[in-house]
Amino acid sequence: MREIHVDRVKEEVARLLREANYELPPDVAAALEEARAREESPVGRQVLEELAENARIAREERIPLCQDTGFAVVFLEVGQDVHLVGGSLTEAVNAGVRDAYVGGYLRKSILDHPWLGTNTGDNTPAVIHTEIVPGDRVRVRVLPKGGGSENKSALAMLRPADGLEGAKAFVLETVRRAGPDACPPFVVGVGIGGTFDLVAYLAKKAILRPLGHHHPRPEVAELERELYHEIQKLGIGPQGLGGRVTALWVAVEIFPRHIASFPVAVNIQCHSARSKEGLI
Amino acid sequence: MLTPLEDEAVRRLRAGDRVLFSGWIYTARDAAHRRLVEAMRAGEPLPLDLRGQVIYYVGPSPAPPGRPVGAAGPTTAGRMDPYTPALLSLGVKGIIGKGRRSEEVRRALIAHGAVYCAAVGGAGALLSRRIRRAEPVLYEELGPEAVYLLEVEGFPAIVVNDILGNDLYEEGIARYRRG
Repeated sequence: MREIHVDRVKEEVARLLREANYELPPDVAAALEEARAREESPVGRQVLEELAENARIAREERIPLCQDTGFAVVFLEVGQDVHLVGGSLTEAVNAGVRDAYVGGYLRKSILDHPWLGTNTGDNTPAVIHTEIVPGDRVRVRVLPKGGGSENKSALAMLRPADGLEGAKAFVLETVRRAGPDACPPFVVGVGIGGTFDLVAYLAKKAILRPLGHHHPRPEVAELERELYHEIQKLGIGPQGLGGRVTALWVAVEIFPRHIASFPVAVNIQCHSARSKEGLI
Repeated sequence: MLTPLEDEAVRRLRAGDRVLFSGWIYTARDAAHRRLVEAMRAGEPLPLDLRGQVIYYVGPSPAPPGRPVGAAGPTTAGRMDPYTPALLSLGVKGIIGKGRRSEEVRRALIAHGAVYCAAVGGAGALLSRRIRRAEPVLYEELGPEAVYLLEVEGFPAIVVNDILGNDLYEEGIARYRRG
């Protein structure tokens, strides 16, 4: 049994959230660069150039890539041979969020109640997903998720008769509706299977997969390629001003399904696809 | 274009035109819109004179030491659709945001001779360089949703909806859609 003080988790969450908001991940920067090379629309190319310049300024001057520094979504994979000591894990994560958002000049965007709410002032609480995994490490992944693209995400409980074709149509319709509003080009996270709650989680986890890495199962990788090409045909383009590049990447995660259900979830991620991971 | 905007200059703008705004512009987003329009409907005197003004849909991140604001890119405009015709009736001539507007807003833009422009969403660090000063003017308790006056210099945007009813998003997407 390895003892880890929860303060280590707090510090890691704080560090990762700051870095995520100031530095575009290299895979996303590379995807935007590649998009610029193949975009035919002049205004689309200019937008992609401005996004590259934006990323450079944010990194060098340590200011956020986007003013919407997100809901702090934190994924913890806790090794089953780890003993967390020194206090509550949830409190430690929230303390990390507080440090990052208050000390890092990140925007506080969280209201403490859905309709009676006032701003919590420190961007807490985080949305925390915890999995227990083999080993004696703690893997921390953060995803500061902006509201604009989250608002355009959608979930459908399709009929089994609708099947894979129905799922594809739902993904395309969701991206079409997101259109110019959700800051394209997008990373599109898709979940298929499981239950109502799990399918949304699968779609969110799909966003975390590094761009350029297909699902290991060949039929899922094939679906990712097909959706990617179909999405580009929508013509939405950078910022929705029309163009060839509407998606930077499509990632699909699957799970077994009930004989009566065919759940599909689409989590739209804007081009400012911020995430960062660390290992304790 | 210098703010406050002149009617004739606004009427000449066409979807696809690139505009550089200079002068003072107001920020307002969800909560500020709700409060302003509720005050209007209650018949209260409005705390702002919006004639000829530009409203920028933005909630900047906090200003680090030595800067007037943090990142300051546009937020999704569609959320303000229910309030926009009321503000246009007060004489607002320009709006900066990102994303599509409702049919009702597009009609109100035509009726009031105003334009809707998009700035690049997600370019908050880049756009903050065009902001010289930020002065809180209303609803400071709303934090990032408070109304500020921003002094901008060459703030870049592109006209999406003009007074003739053109829509740059529809035109652009139709040009590149396949199948």
